[in-house]
Amino acid sequence: MKAGGGITSPEPGRATIRFLLDDRIVEVHDPVPTRSLLDFLREDLGCTGTKEGCAEGDCGACNVVVGERVVAAQGERLRLRALAACLCFLPTLDGKALFTVESLKAADGVLHPVQQALVECHGSQCGFCTPGFVMSLFALFRSDEAPTAAAIRDALAGNLCRCTGYRPIVEAGARMYALGADERDWLRRPGAGSEAGESERALLARLVALERRDPLCIDGPHVRFDAPTSLAGFAALCEAHPEACILAGGTDAAPWVRKRHRPLPHLIHVGRVEELKRIVPDGGGLEIGAGASLRDAFAALDRLYPELAALWRRFGAMPVRNAGTLGGNIANASPVGDATPILIALGASLLLRRGEAVRELALGDFHRGYRQTALTPGEFIEAVRVPRPQADLRVRGYKVARRHDQDVAAVSAGFALRLDGRNVCEARLAWGGMAATPKRAPAAEAALLGRPWDEAAVRAAMAALEEDFRPIDDLRASSTYRMKVAQNLLMRLWLETRREAPLAAAQVDLRSLG
Amino acid sequence: MEAIPMSVPAAPEGVAHESARLHVSGEADYVDDIAVVAGTLHAAPGLSERAHARIRAPELEAVRRQPGVVAVLTAADIPGINDCGAVVADEPILADGEVRYVGQPVFLVVADSAETARRAARAARIDYEALPARLDLAAARDKLDLVLPPMQLRRGDPQAALAAAPHRLVAEWRAGGQEHFYLEGQVSYCLPVEDGGLHLWCSTQHPSEVQKSVARCLATTANRIVVEVRRLGGGFGGKEAQATGFACLAALAAWKLRRPVKLRLDRDDDMCATGKRHEVLYRLAAGYDDSGRILAADVEMALNAGHCADLSGAIATRAACHVDNAYFLPHVDIRALCCRTNLQSSTAFRGFGAPQAALATEYLIDTIARRLDEDPLAVRRRNFYGGEGRDLTPYGQRVVDNVLESLVAELEASSEYRLRRDAVRAFNADSPVLRKGLALTPVKFGISFNLSHLNQAGALVHLYTDGSVLLSHGGTEMGQGVHTKVAQVVARTLGVSLSVVRIAPTDVSRVANTSATAASTGTDLNGKAAEAAARRIRERLAAVAAAHFGVPLEAVGFAEGRVRAGDAEMSIAALARLAHRARVQLWSDGFYATPSLHWDEDSMTGHPFYYFAYGAAVSEVVIDSLTGEWRVLRADLLHDAGASINPAIDRGQVEGGFIQGMGWLTMEELRRDAEGRLLTHSPSTYKIPGVSDCPPDFRVRLYPNPNREDTILRSKAVGEPPFLLGISVFLAIRDAIASFAPPRVAPPLRAPATPEAILDAIEAARAGAGV
Repeated sequence: MKAGGGITSPEPGRATIRFLLDDRIVEVHDPVPTRSLLDFLREDLGCTGTKEGCAEGDCGACNVVVGERVVAAQGERLRLRALAACLCFLPTLDGKALFTVESLKAADGVLHPVQQALVECHGSQCGFCTPGFVMSLFALFRSDEAPTAAAIRDALAGNLCRCTGYRPIVEAGARMYALGADERDWLRRPGAGSEAGESERALLARLVALERRDPLCIDGPHVRFDAPTSLAGFAALCEAHPEACILAGGTDAAPWVRKRHRPLPHLIHVGRVEELKRIVPDGGGLEIGAGASLRDAFAALDRLYPELAALWRRFGAMPVRNAGTLGGNIANASPVGDATPILIALGASLLLRRGEAVRELALGDFHRGYRQTALTPGEFIEAVRVPRPQADLRVRGYKVARRHDQDVAAVSAGFALRLDGRNVCEARLAWGGMAATPKRAPAAEAALLGRPWDEAAVRAAMAALEEDFRPIDDLRASSTYRMKVAQNLLMRLWLETRREAPLAAAQVDLRSLG
Repeated sequence: MEAIPMSVPAAPEGVAHESARLHVSGEADYVDDIAVVAGTLHAAPGLSERAHARIRAPELEAVRRQPGVVAVLTAADIPGINDCGAVVADEPILADGEVRYVGQPVFLVVADSAETARRAARAARIDYEALPARLDLAAARDKLDLVLPPMQLRRGDPQAALAAAPHRLVAEWRAGGQEHFYLEGQVSYCLPVEDGGLHLWCSTQHPSEVQKSVARCLATTANRIVVEVRRLGGGFGGKEAQATGFACLAALAAWKLRRPVKLRLDRDDDMCATGKRHEVLYRLAAGYDDSGRILAADVEMALNAGHCADLSGAIATRAACHVDNAYFLPHVDIRALCCRTNLQSSTAFRGFGAPQAALATEYLIDTIARRLDEDPLAVRRRNFYGGEGRDLTPYGQRVVDNVLESLVAELEASSEYRLRRDAVRAFNADSPVLRKGLALTPVKFGISFNLSHLNQAGALVHLYTDGSVLLSHGGTEMGQGVHTKVAQVVARTLGVSLSVVRIAPTDVSRVANTSATAASTGTDLNGKAAEAAARRIRERLAAVAAAHFGVPLEAVGFAEGRVRAGDAEMSIAALARLAHRARVQLWSDGFYATPSLHWDEDSMTGHPFYYFAYGAAVSEVVIDSLTGEWRVLRADLLHDAGASINPAIDRGQVEGGFIQGMGWLTMEELRRDAEGRLLTHSPSTYKIPGVSDCPPDFRVRLYPNPNREDTILRSKAVGEPPFLLGISVFLAIRDAIASFAPPRVAPPLRAPATPEAILDAIEAARAGAGV
C-alpha cells in the first residue's frame, strides 16, 4: 500500500476492500458483501477473542471498536465507537480502523487500563462476555475522561453478562481512569483530548491513504454491494435498482441474513454518502440526514428537546445507536419504533427523494400498514425534519418495556400538547406498539381539544383511546396491558403537566430515584 | 441526577480468577476458539417443527442436495444406543419415528461450513402425522401424566394439624421456568484419532457423562473416548445434562465420516432445543397460629419436566428437601410430581429445584404476615429453625450449624431494616404513582449431591523438577472459580506461590469417573481431593528433606516456595530435583468422598447434606403503578461462605447468583405459542438482567463462619445458595404492591413479576382481592 496516494479506482474486475487492524492493513478481495465482520474475524483472521453470543446484536459479546476520521473543532480526529461485529457487513469496514480485544494489550504484555481494571475489580467470571465489555469500556475510555455512573451504565447497556451481576464491571469502568495513563500511547490515554497527538495523527494519515474516492461496487455471484459517495450517485442507483435493499447501520439487515437466511441480492450502502449524514439547523429546528447515526441524531435533538434524553437512552443500546440511523429506523417501519411516535408528535416530516425529485411528507402519513411505507419504487428518505421547540408546547416521550436496557417496547408514546390559557388548543398524541404502525389517536386527541386540561378531560381521552386502538397480544404484552398502559401514559402526561401541583420527576420517574 | 463522575473505587482484595488476564485480553480459549484441524466439517441439527407427531416421511434429499453438504445423519446412522438420558433411558439423541417437542433434534447436517449446515437444515420437508400434544402443565398434573413416580415426604399428621390450626391458608400458584442463557452456546469439537479413538473438546459440566454416552452411542468403550474441557462460557446447570446429546452428535459425525467435526448451536436453535429450569404449579395449604407460626404445611409441586426424565428426579428430590428453607415445619406433607409435557426437557439450573421450593414457603409466610398485619420479617423469625425441639428437617436431618438468627440480626442492623421500613411507609403515604417495597428473605441450602454416591472426586498433582506444579482435577471451570480455589489449596499445601501452579484442562483421561461439576460441590470435593494429592507429595518431600538435612520430620516446613529443615533451607525446586535423584515419586493422585452421608429414596429421609450454607438479603424496590415497571434501589446481602478461600470469587458468586435469581422472578419469561413453539428464543425476546438492573446501592458481605465440618479449609460451597436471595426482590415488589391494598390483604402476584403481572396485581390490590 502506497502511503498518501489514496485509492482512486478499483482494480478492473476485482473489488478489494481495505481496513486497518492495529498496525496492519487487511485486504479482502471480492468479499461476500453480507459476510459479517464477526465471522471474518473469527474464521478468516483467526482473531477468536471476539465472541459470538447471539449473532443478532443483542448481547455485546462481539463488540469491537471502529475508528473513523471526523473533522472536529481542533482539527481532524479519529472518532472511536463501539459496534457489534455481528451487525457489520464486511464491506462497510472499508477505509476504517478496527480495534478488537486483541488490540489493547501492549507488546510487553502490559494490560490496557480497561483490561487491568477488569482484572482488579474481578469483573470476569466465565469470561465469555468479557471481550465485548472490554471494547465497550475502551470506547468510553477514549471518549469520556470522567464519566458518571450513569454514563458507564449507558456505555454497557448493550452488553449482557450472566455471571457477575455487573457491579464489578461498572466499578472497573471507573477504576480504569486511575490506572497508568500512558502519554506515549494514545490508546492508553483517557478521553479524546483537545487535539490529536502524534500517534493518532499517524493513524489518521494511514486512513487518508486508505480512503477510496470512487464509489465501491462489489458485484459478487449472489450479492451485489454498492457504496456510492454522493447523494446524486446514491439516488441514481436507487432509481435504477428499485428492488435493491438500502443498507444503513445493518442492525436489521444483518439479522435478516444470519437468522432468517433471507437473500439480499443487492445492497446500496448509505455509509459513504456524506450529504446523508449531515445534521443541519433548519429554521430553529433540525434537518437530520437519513444516514446520520442515531447517536449523532439524538445528541443534536438533545440540544433542542432536553426532556427527551431519557427516552433516547433507552433506544437500543450504544452499539446500535452508533450503527443505526434515524432514516433506517423510520424506513423499516417497525410497529413499535421508539423514535417514531415522539417524532410524529413533534410534527416531524420526511424529505423523500427519487432521482432528482424531492417531496416532503409528514411523518404521520409515512407508515401505511404493517411494514409498509409511502415510499415509491426507487425513492428513499433523504432527511428527517424536526421542527423547533415552541415555548408553550409540552412534550413528553415514553417507552414501556420489561427491561430498561435494550428492549423492544410493549408500548411507546410521544405527546405534544399546547394550552391556550386553560384549554387544550393543540394535541398530537402518538403511540407505538398499539397498531400495525406507530400512529396518532384521533379520538383521544378530539376528546382533549378545546377542553380544560383537567382530570375529566384526560379521563375522557383515556376512554376514547379504546376507539383509536385495538392492540394485539404477543410475547411482549397482552392487548389488555397495552391498552391499560397506553391510557395510563395519558394520565402520566396530565400528572406531569397539569397546571396545579404538577408532579416532579422524582414523583413519577423511577429512574430518578436512588 | 448523577452529574458527578463516578468515584474511582479502590482495587478490591482477593486473588484474581486464574484466567482473568486471558479473559480480558481475548486469549482465553473456548471450544469454538480452538484452531481447527484441516478438513474440519461443521454440523447443525435439524429440529422438529411439531410438539408431538409421528414422522411419516423424513424428506431429507433436498437437504443432501444443498451445495456444501457432506452428509445428513439420522437415528438410523447411530451404531450403538440412541439415548443420552442422564438417568433414565428415555431421551433419544436423534428423534426416531416420533418427535416429542418443537426443537427436538431430528437429523444432523454435516457441511463445509456452519452457515451451510444451518441453511441446509431448513430445506428439510418432513411429513408429520400429528399426535395429541400436551403443552399445559396443569393438564399434565390433572391427568397425573408423569415421567417418574410421584414423590412424597411426610412428617407428623399434617391433615389433622391443618384442620386444628386457628388459621388456614389455601392457594394455587405458579412460578415460571428460566432459560440458562450461558453466553457461550452448546459446542463440541470432535477429532477422530487412531484405532477408533475420538478426542472431544466440549463445553460440558460433566465430561465423564459425555464420555460414557458417546461410547454407548458408538458401541465402543470409554477408554477410546477422551473428553477435554478447559473452560465453559457459562453453565449454570445448562451444560450438566444438555451438553451430552450434542457432543454425541459431533462424535457420531466424526466417527461416521472420519473427519473432524464441530457442532456449535446457533443461539436460537440452542434456546429452542435445550432444557430450562422447571416451571412449577403449586397447591399450597398452611395452618398457622395467631403469631404466624406455621403449624402444618401441605405443599404440592407439579414440576414441568418436559418430554423426558432428564435430571427431574434429583431436582424434585432437592425441591422436596428445600420446601422448609429456613423454617421448622412441624407437620408437613410435601409432594413433588414430575409432569410430562411436549416441551423441552427441563433440566438442572442453579439451585436445582430448591429455589422453586423455597419460593413457595417464602410466599406462604409473606402471605401469612400480611393477613396478620405483621412485618413479614417478624413472622419469618418466629418460624426459623432453632429453639427447643425445632431443629429437625422434614427429611430427618438435624440442623446443627444454624446461624439464621445471628446472621439475620446482623443484616437487619447493617441494612437499617427498621428505619427503612418506616421510610418506605412514609414515602408510600405521600406518593400517588411510585411506591416502594422492602423485603428480607433468608436461605438455608443443603450442600452435597442428594444422591450420596456422587459425592466423590479425584485429582492429580504433578510436581516437576523445575519446581512448577501441574494440577488436574475432576471439576470443570465455568466461571465459578473452582480452578482458582483448588489451585490456591494446592499452593498452600505445597507451600509454593500460586503463580507456579498451573491448571490443566479437565480431562477424563487424567481423572476418571468424575461427577458433574454441580450442586455447588466443585471446590468442596475437588479441593479435598487435590489437597490429599498435594499432601502426599509434601510428605514425600519432607522425608527427603529430613534425611538430607539430618533433622527430624517435624522440623521440616514448607512456605513461600522454600523448604525449611531446622536452620537449613532450600527451594522446593531444588528439593524436587533431590527427590527425583532419590527416585521418589513427585506426582500423586488424590481422592475424596464426603463422609457421613446417607439417603433413603423410598422414605425420603436420611442425612443427605454434609452441612448447610446460609444467607439473607434485604431488597428495596420502587414500582411504577402506571406501567408496572420496577427497579431495585438498594440490596444488602450477607452470605455464609464459611471460611472463604477466595472472598473476591465468593462475593462474585453471591452477587451474580442474586441477580440471576432476581431475573428468574421478574423479567425472564418463557413464552410459547399454541403449538408449543418457543417464542422467546433469543436475547431480543428473552430478557436477562442488564447493567441498569444492578442495584445502584449494592452492599454485599460474606458472613464469617468457619465450617464446623471438616471441609476444605473450613470453607462452604457458594455457587447455588445465593441464587435464592433473589426471592427478596420478588417479595419487595409484592410489598410495594400491597401498599395499594387494604390492611390484611395479601395481593396475588405471578412469578415472574413482569410489568404486566405487577399492574395486574396492583389492580387486584386496589380491589381488595387477596390470596
